[in-house]
Amino acid sequence: MAAALSKSKDWILFVGFSAVILLLPWILAPIGAGYPDLLQKIAIFGIFAIGFNILFGLTGYLSFGHAAFIGVGSYMSLWSFKLLTMNVLPAMIFSVALAGLFAFAIGYVSLRRSGIYFSILTLAFAQMSYNLAYSVLTPLTNGETGLQTRAIRTNPETSLLDGDIRIIDQALGVQELGVPTTNFFGLSMSGMSGFYFCAILLIICFFIAQRLTNSNFGMMLKAIKSNQNRLNYTGIHTRPYLIAAFVISGMYAGLAGSLMAVTDPIAGAERMQWTASGEVVLMTILGGVGTLIGPVVGASLIKYAEQKVSSWNEGILSSFFDFLPETLQHFMVSVSSLFVGESWHTTLGVLFMVVVIFLPGGLMEGFRRIIERVTGGKKSAKPGAVESGARAPQPAE
Amino acid sequence: MTVAETDGAIQLISPSVLQGHKDNKPYFATVLGFSLPGAEVGVLAERLIAGAVHDALVCALERCRILPPSKIYIDGLRSMGGHFMSEKTEITRRRVIKSGAAAAAAAGATPYFFSRAFADGHGYRNAPKGDTVTFGFNVPQTGAYADEGADELRAYELAVEHINAGGGGMLDTFSSKVLKGGVNGKKVAFVTGDTQTKSDAARASAKRMIENDGAIMITGGSSSGVAIAVQGLCQEAGVIFMAGLTHSNDTTGKDKRANGFRHFFNTEMTGSALAPVLESNFGKDRTAYHLTADYTWGWSQEGSIKKYTENLGWKTAAAVRTPLGAGDFSSFITPVLDSGADVLVLNHYGKDMVNSLTQAVQFGLRGKQVNGKDFAIVVPLYSRLMAQGAGENVKGIYGSTNWHWSLSDEGSKAFVKSFGTKYGFPPSQAAHTTYCQAILYADACQRAGTFMPSEVGKALEGFKFDGLGNGPTEYRAEDHQCFKDVLVVKGKENPSSKFDVLEVVEVTPRAQVEYKADLLGGELGPYNNG
Repeated sequence: MAAALSKSKDWILFVGFSAVILLLPWILAPIGAGYPDLLQKIAIFGIFAIGFNILFGLTGYLSFGHAAFIGVGSYMSLWSFKLLTMNVLPAMIFSVALAGLFAFAIGYVSLRRSGIYFSILTLAFAQMSYNLAYSVLTPLTNGETGLQTRAIRTNPETSLLDGDIRIIDQALGVQELGVPTTNFFGLSMSGMSGFYFCAILLIICFFIAQRLTNSNFGMMLKAIKSNQNRLNYTGIHTRPYLIAAFVISGMYAGLAGSLMAVTDPIAGAERMQWTASGEVVLMTILGGVGTLIGPVVGASLIKYAEQKVSSWNEGILSSFFDFLPETLQHFMVSVSSLFVGESWHTTLGVLFMVVVIFLPGGLMEGFRRIIERVTGGKKSAKPGAVESGARAPQPAE
Repeated sequence: MTVAETDGAIQLISPSVLQGHKDNKPYFATVLGFSLPGAEVGVLAERLIAGAVHDALVCALERCRILPPSKIYIDGLRSMGGHFMSEKTEITRRRVIKSGAAAAAAAGATPYFFSRAFADGHGYRNAPKGDTVTFGFNVPQTGAYADEGADELRAYELAVEHINAGGGGMLDTFSSKVLKGGVNGKKVAFVTGDTQTKSDAARASAKRMIENDGAIMITGGSSSGVAIAVQGLCQEAGVIFMAGLTHSNDTTGKDKRANGFRHFFNTEMTGSALAPVLESNFGKDRTAYHLTADYTWGWSQEGSIKKYTENLGWKTAAAVRTPLGAGDFSSFITPVLDSGADVLVLNHYGKDMVNSLTQAVQFGLRGKQVNGKDFAIVVPLYSRLMAQGAGENVKGIYGSTNWHWSLSDEGSKAFVKSFGTKYGFPPSQAAHTTYCQAILYADACQRAGTFMPSEVGKALEGFKFDGLGNGPTEYRAEDHQCFKDVLVVKGKENPSSKFDVLEVVEVTPRAQVEYKADLLGGELGPYNNG
């Protein structure tokens, strides 16, 4: 009975989520965010954050190195475009697989520790990958300039960085004009079709995460978060579960990295930097740790701030405050310009502090409180779906 | 997928894709916004099609009675009708319908033909509607090159003011006089973005300006890595990219694109201009040690300086790569003295150069004697902002620059005056090159009579001009690179003010720094109108 109820609730959540994501171009148009690049970013970082939440939200293990998997996914996809075909399918498969392998290697070592030691280990691995990509492995990554797709090379002497071979496309006799664009069996991956491709993958990823959360495996992960010692004492070996969760979330990140390359075929080392790893932590906490929708909300908010708030220069502000008398207008412009434009990080910082202090469960907790207020203080009984991350104890040690 | 054999012949291979041959190269065209007989407006966008083939396409479309010629727009231009050269057109209406049905099935295998909706019907991306046209200024507002970025933005604002007013600053001294207030009857508005000196962020902000804000062109940037990334994006998106401060050979070398144009000089020119000055000051028997910013510009400059100094007979002890924005260079500087080198070449720019030069001086490199010679430091690419940042330490250090505010030609004087009046200090070379780029773009649009990238590009190709502070200058058609005189400068020994930090040692004439277009490799490819 209860199970059936939760199942139908899950379906409502899933259908609702899918509808919102697919209608995003119209929903976000009034705030000037309904354009393809931002929509793609929201979908891609939504996938990244959902994957991150499988590790952080369910097991409580805070990884500070997830950007490494993004980078691995991006570089792998680019090489698939350069060597095999501009079709994105092989690129995505290879990227996810390689990111999974990578995550297994890093997770195998890092998960010997927990708490802050785990975080520092993952951070160290990610920084190591970043530095490798930035300078040591330049023949593979093209360093700071970033790896880009090129026209088919005419001279076999040309380095692969400057001329592609695309074996499969060449064998199929695909004609190319200049540098070709990525496609999914003919469907272009830039613009709106690129967004819908990412959106559908986001919905699939959301579905998998939802299944995972409500499965026995998900239950085990939550048990690790609430008391790992007790699990150990009852004779359950927790590490395989942790490694599995780490690999899964690494694969999500690999997919996100691959999609970044799919929608915009360039891969730069900076997406592996620690700031990128920190960003996904912010997204998850801002939206709501341990919730399914929270990370996507957080990702959307941060990407919106990064792309739109950062572009509000003084000209835009003055026209916004046009209705005020001149002196007041100048005052408002000078005050608000401290929070937008190049100082958009300030806004984000303030928002983050407000959320962490007053809504430890993230924005999703805020929504839940509003709903409770409206429905008359009834206790929301969504298992798993809305669960404050801050109440849960930290992992053992 | 069949390809017609005859030159100029057209096949409609799906309801939206035309295919044919020109000069034995296959081309494809995407037909947008038309339906079969009865259609009101047809818009034909083309890639790689030129001249007579246009007419062949019009002919083909008319023959299959898809559209009357008066309703056909090619590349934004209404066909004049009449002059249809292709008698070999293979299309009949039946065949169109037949092949259309077959091609619909095969559409999955024709990956690169996708239509971008041209809602405005002009046949190019972001064709301006209403009475304004939007420029996109993409500059670093944060990161290692933020100082240059801020100065670039000031210059852009000034340029927009002058373009809209139809005069002021260097616009008065510019040899082309077509700008009379606005461009093509439209006022210029602008949007800005922060590149953060990162390729990803720069592409994201450029995309935002193109997709959301309707920018007709993108300009700016203060890093070659970013310039190359954004240039590639603009090529894909179908807008013109007017590169800002980018000095790597690759921007108009192996990474050049048809839609990209650069006014700034490059490391090849720096090398050939600087080498004679280095020879006369330091002789032929020197050993150089390079510290190089680890990205495309650093690699390019290291390569060029090595090439030209080794031609002089210099030796290179080592070339060490340092991460961009490293801050602390002491660990890189310590090994320099043990290497036996007597010249340190700093391939750094912006804050990196300020830090590495300051630390090199603090380590006492300049006072040292190595191999019986005074130890020397060379900074191949100088800017006034950097020299100011490094203060005392730049005195007597040689380098090259694209432009300096103390030049006394009419253009430079007019620019320094208008910039100084508005902001209270002289412009940097970054400000100068971006100002020029904005003016040159606006002027090209006015001369072309349209904002369509392919037409604007043609107006810029081979364009010769004067009065923009560098003397007679030419936009070379083969690689979209400006050729002009190069300034060799050195840090002034007795500066009269805090801005007066560089003195011009030599103006290297254009002929000496010019090189063959194929030297640096790369291919422009076709223009993309979106």
